[in-house]
Amino acid sequence: MMSMKKIILGLGLLIALTGAALILFVTGTKYIGVHVALILIGAALARQSRYFDDNFYHNASPQAFYPTAGLLIPWFAWLAAVLVIYGLYVSFAIAPTDFQQGEAYRIIFVHVPAAWMSMVIYVAMAFWAGLGLILNARLSAMMAQALAPTGAIFTLLALVTGSLWGKPMWGTYWVWDARLTSELILLFLFLGFIALQSSIDDPRKADRAGALLALVGVVNVPIIYFSVKWWSTLHQGSSINMGAAPKMAATMFEGMIIMALAFWMYTIAVTLIRARCIILERERNSGWVKELATRESSGAKS
Amino acid sequence: MNNAWLVLLKRDLLLAFRRRSDIATTLFFFVIVSSLFPLGVGSDSAILSTIAPGVLWVAALLAGMISLSRMFAADFTDGTLEQMLLSPQPLALMVTAKILAHWLVCGLPVVLLAPVIGLQYALPSDAIGILVFSLLLGTPALSLIGAIGAALTLGVRGSGLLVALLVLPLYIPVLIFGSLAVSASQHAMSPQAHLSLLAAISLLALVLAPLATAAALRISLE
Amino acid sequence: MQWESWSAFFNMGGYAFYVWLSFGLTALCVIWEVIALHNRNQAALRLIKLLAQQD
Repeated sequence: MMSMKKIILGLGLLIALTGAALILFVTGTKYIGVHVALILIGAALARQSRYFDDNFYHNASPQAFYPTAGLLIPWFAWLAAVLVIYGLYVSFAIAPTDFQQGEAYRIIFVHVPAAWMSMVIYVAMAFWAGLGLILNARLSAMMAQALAPTGAIFTLLALVTGSLWGKPMWGTYWVWDARLTSELILLFLFLGFIALQSSIDDPRKADRAGALLALVGVVNVPIIYFSVKWWSTLHQGSSINMGAAPKMAATMFEGMIIMALAFWMYTIAVTLIRARCIILERERNSGWVKELATRESSGAKS
Repeated sequence: MNNAWLVLLKRDLLLAFRRRSDIATTLFFFVIVSSLFPLGVGSDSAILSTIAPGVLWVAALLAGMISLSRMFAADFTDGTLEQMLLSPQPLALMVTAKILAHWLVCGLPVVLLAPVIGLQYALPSDAIGILVFSLLLGTPALSLIGAIGAALTLGVRGSGLLVALLVLPLYIPVLIFGSLAVSASQHAMSPQAHLSLLAAISLLALVLAPLATAAALRISLE
Repeated sequence: MQWESWSAFFNMGGYAFYVWLSFGLTALCVIWEVIALHNRNQAALRLIKLLAQQD
């Protein structure tokens, strides 16, 4: 039997050791901040393994997940806060001025991480949704549902910051380049998932319908991305490619990665909080939730 | 098994033929949408022939979409769909009969009418030929992908609008390759690559969409 | 340090509007999401307490 504790512990150690090994053998101290962040995240994850139950399936019940998530949230929230502060420091104080784009390029420190996260979240959402559909696990479906709004927000942010970057660079807020266009389509996909789930009253049915839509979407995303790329290269010559400057300074790259890791930790924290809300809303008639709610509110009063 | 498939196809076609106004609505919609553009853009034939591939493809896409919610709705309310689910025939196969019926009723008329609209847009004759061919290759994919959306939104409130939100983003590759094929032929380039990709999408949809539609129907009917 | 003075920092080489709006909107979205989630959690707890009292 797989032990959930050992899986989380192993994953944490793997991330931490990867961070350490990269410093020692591959890039040296060039991206020291990124490696420290990885070691921090990995160590935190390894430490948190104690909150999980040994039994793999026991963790998947909402009743067991609710308190575990409650213990995990502060860890991820603090990691996000620390990484954001360091990321902002690198983005504004360390990273040099770009000689082509001036200071406007600093928008990529939110734009690129937001765009990365929007894609990561869509894939994660489809993964949880698919797992929920195959294993008929309620918690997986709840995770998929909890990820969607955050994914939509990051997609919207990627779009808005992309056009704010485009105005000084291209002279216009919107250009139909492949990156912005695919991000727009991704927003439609997120909104479709949210709209479908919220218009079905039966939560289990909404889970399954949403899961199927997410899986159809994830099959289509590469095709859509390829077609949009094909379309944009035919309709206009290659334009400046955001965030893919060939001579990007190491500190610029580091700032982007740190910010992306910070957004990642934030996403995990927020998703866990939202998943807890969904559990409360759906299980409001079960005994353990009632007990918990009276306990929490009486604790708040005293 | 083939027999049941043919019976279902014939029945759907007969039902559509009995309510000819439904077919007419789709066609009128296609004609009206594509006639509105010259009124909005102006009658300059150079502009019209530039926008023609995109406009005609978008109009075909929307015309196919407005009839989607009807694909399963009647069978859902009168219980036929439940019978289909319980029958020994594989649901995914039976679904292809319904999708084919939808394409024959809503897709094919648009393909056949497209040359007339193409003339209004001052398209040269070889571009019109490519337009018809690209529609012929691409519209089956629209019906196939649309079936997933129609099945998912079955019995859901506000399903007409919801199906648009779900299905239109998935139509984008078809729109892109379809309109690029026509504009390639307008610029004396070979449309072959676009048409091949369009055919590939339709084939992929033919394999995957019935399975997804069957799964969606099972979810909607449980 | 990249900046000679605070005003140079806030000016962002003339791109202040675009840079600060980008970071500001991101911060706003994050704050809004956290507050909205807090409210959602409180509302859920209140509802459950109400249901528990009815029993």
